[in-house]
Amino acid sequence: MTDAAASPDKITGPTPDTAIRDAERADGPMVAADGRPLKQSLNRALRRQKMRALALIAPLLLFILLTFLIPIGQMLFRSVENQIVTDTLPRTVVSISDWDAAGGEPPSQEVFADFARDLTLAAEQRMHTRLGSRLNYEQPGISSLFRQAGRGMTDMGEEVMESLVAAEPAWEEAQTWVDLFGTPDWQAENADWLVLKDEGGMRFSIPPPEFEFRPEAREALPRTADAFADFELFSRVDDIESVAEETPWPLVHVSLAEDLAANPGAVEAFDGETRARLEAVLPVAEAEMPFDYRAAFAEMDEDWLEVSFWETLQTFSTPFTSGYFLTAADRKLTADGVQMVPEDQRIYGTLFLRTMVMSLGITLSCILLGYPVAWLLANLPLRTANVLMILVLLPFWTSLLVRTSAWKVLLQQQGVINDLLVWLNIISDANRLVLINNQTGTIIAMTHILLPFMILPLYSVMKTIPPSYLRAAKSLGATNWTAFWRVYFPQSVPGIGAGSILVFILAIGYYITPEIVGGTRGVFISNRIAFHISTSLNWGLAAALGTILLALVLVLYWLYDRIVGIDNVKLGG
Amino acid sequence: MADTATGTAFVAFERVQKSYDGESLVVKDLNLDMPKGEFLTMLGPSGSGKTTCLMMLAGFETATHGEIKLDGKPINNIPPHKRGIGMVFQNYALFPHMTVAENLAFPLEVRKIGKSEREQKVKRALDMVQMGAFGGRRPAQMSGGQQQRIALARALVFEPELVLMDEPLGALDKQLRESLQFEITNLAHELGITVVYVTHDQTEALTMSDRVAVFDDGRIQQLAPPDELYERPQNSFVAQFIGENNTLEGRVTQISGDACVVQLDNGEEIDATPVNVSGVGDRTLVSIRPERVEIDPQLGPDAHTLKAEVKEFIYMGDTFRTRLSVAGNDNFIVKTRNRADQVRLRPGQHVTIGWLPRDCRALDA
Repeated sequence: MTDAAASPDKITGPTPDTAIRDAERADGPMVAADGRPLKQSLNRALRRQKMRALALIAPLLLFILLTFLIPIGQMLFRSVENQIVTDTLPRTVVSISDWDAAGGEPPSQEVFADFARDLTLAAEQRMHTRLGSRLNYEQPGISSLFRQAGRGMTDMGEEVMESLVAAEPAWEEAQTWVDLFGTPDWQAENADWLVLKDEGGMRFSIPPPEFEFRPEAREALPRTADAFADFELFSRVDDIESVAEETPWPLVHVSLAEDLAANPGAVEAFDGETRARLEAVLPVAEAEMPFDYRAAFAEMDEDWLEVSFWETLQTFSTPFTSGYFLTAADRKLTADGVQMVPEDQRIYGTLFLRTMVMSLGITLSCILLGYPVAWLLANLPLRTANVLMILVLLPFWTSLLVRTSAWKVLLQQQGVINDLLVWLNIISDANRLVLINNQTGTIIAMTHILLPFMILPLYSVMKTIPPSYLRAAKSLGATNWTAFWRVYFPQSVPGIGAGSILVFILAIGYYITPEIVGGTRGVFISNRIAFHISTSLNWGLAAALGTILLALVLVLYWLYDRIVGIDNVKLGG
Repeated sequence: MADTATGTAFVAFERVQKSYDGESLVVKDLNLDMPKGEFLTMLGPSGSGKTTCLMMLAGFETATHGEIKLDGKPINNIPPHKRGIGMVFQNYALFPHMTVAENLAFPLEVRKIGKSEREQKVKRALDMVQMGAFGGRRPAQMSGGQQQRIALARALVFEPELVLMDEPLGALDKQLRESLQFEITNLAHELGITVVYVTHDQTEALTMSDRVAVFDDGRIQQLAPPDELYERPQNSFVAQFIGENNTLEGRVTQISGDACVVQLDNGEEIDATPVNVSGVGDRTLVSIRPERVEIDPQLGPDAHTLKAEVKEFIYMGDTFRTRLSVAGNDNFIVKTRNRADQVRLRPGQHVTIGWLPRDCRALDA
């Protein structure tokens, strides 16, 4: 050795991996050659890769999000959503909260008054029937009550209006009301709009200018202004008419009478012609008041005074409700808390149980029928197995509806199977089997339809079990049965697991087949969901039932994972 | 074969034939006798029928014709699980859902052996293959070599007298294979079991077996101890298949007892030992092992010498491989030991090569 520095192994200055050595000495986190922590460098290197992967799946992700996840989320949200009550009856919801149903008396005149104003606007906007159907889910009969109210509300308080008009005919004129509340600016704007409308003809669609209340008028006659605002809103938005052209609803007149009777001094806030008109009706207003809203409703229908109606309204006056879920669980939300519905109305528990039990039965029969076929497929020479596979897949290429209808032909009492059994003297002509429109029919048809979903995963798992295992077992002294049961079967369990999950989850949500061959006793929960979606239009309940079904499947999936292990589910390989 | 009379053979194949499709025979007229305690290897290229023979012996295939006897009794109609034959497979075939100990206990369980005795036997078998600590593991948690040891222990745990092995080391790397070869032969001899071993690896066959049956085209081409097989191949297939081999084509011109003269296709005449040539005028393949050829021979007066041209010289560490052009054959290989004084030849050099006539065998063409 001459000079240590001249040796090629001697480090004379910093080298690319000096940093690495330093970091190793320092006992800190691993660093890359440039001195940055290794983790950070790795992340940087992988980021591009991740971005590219993300870009590749982005279109599908977006598609699924827009067409699948968001609509499903919205649908599930309907199961708790109840905003229609607060949106349609904003005043009533507030005033009824103090009412106590236990008193056995219908609510006070104030609640009825608020209800009358809310319902009038709702009736004019055609919202009252929707609200009626919503509340009808909770208490049958409410729907028709609301439908009637649609006609009744336009007449409520008519006699008060007539008295006012008799005392001062100007109150029948739309312009009188505009003069009462409208600012001069608005009146000018409105006049321009009326000219535009006359020129515009049929296709004219510009809404009239938004109404501007004179503050002092509003302050003097608060209830009237409030009622008039409802009327104005409806005319402008729903009718596209100016309030200067239409007489307000009778209930607005009632409000005016109420304001004047409560505070005769209010007339001093006005002057000129308007003041004269107000003073003209002052005695009439005092004579007519107070207005009996309860009696007005009772005149339309005695049922408006039923405590149970108001109780339902109060219970479901929150923007979100557990009512649909309770109904789906055969329970009911009452003022006294949650209660079971009467025994003869409990249907959902039975339906859920039936759906579960029958799906389990279908899964079991699929295992029993599919296992031997899958075994044969996995062990036959390729050519034969391929032909057999086509036969297994054949049902996939036939319409579900066609297959189910075919079962109808086969299974009915005068159908092929019964004919055959009678001909073979297995059963007598009088005792033909009832194979359709009951649970048997559903199980037979669905087993047939779902069988491929059992066979395919079983086949692909069995395909991976080398025949040498069975040979090894036999060479070790196991009989054919022992070799199968102790060696082959345990290895095919992942296939059974995968097939069972697939079949069970498909079965639990099946709709068409039970609908066609299930009759009344063989239908599933999904048929009930479909009924609520398309016939009764109770989407909230349908959503609640669907959510429960989804939760059930997830719970079962979780249970399966705990018991069998999801790693044990194989679709092949 | 002559030394084991049919009556005393432990395993016997008698005129066995096998066909899968009814058109062609996979095994053609197989006759084979094995004494007890023998380690016999079936060696041959794939498709030669060796595995089929093993499967017939194990009972997984039925012979189309002929009889297979075990300990004097015909077993053609005995199902595999009643034959009591241990078997080791190429892919180990350890049951993946059972632990090692459960795998080993399986053959004992199906034989209804009591729990304590079972555990004792499992432990002994595991110790036998030096895997005593692995009883609780799953097959997937072990390396290929470890799995094959377990498979071996499982095939031996119920004390069969005959064990069949179907290319058991085929999936392992070279080093592991060599150590396991050694272990398997030792175990077999210690336990005194009879082994039928199938392989296509000739080194394995030569190092492990008492006798080797070389299969080709559904027939045993030669059945002999390894040294005889290598040094005295009976036909050109065996000569080619076992070890490296140089062949020269020619015609027999003289034949007298254990010596003959062969005229090579380029006109040169060489001396050779006749093996299966019947007479003068026969086409023949003359076979010489590469390590029996010397360059610049000093073999004495009996030796036969020829001119040759060096084509290629390959350094292989312990040996040199020289590819020569001899009598029109460009692929004539000579192997020489790497001695201190050994000359390293260059391509294009002309040399003289020589061999003894007894190493030069005239076989069928």
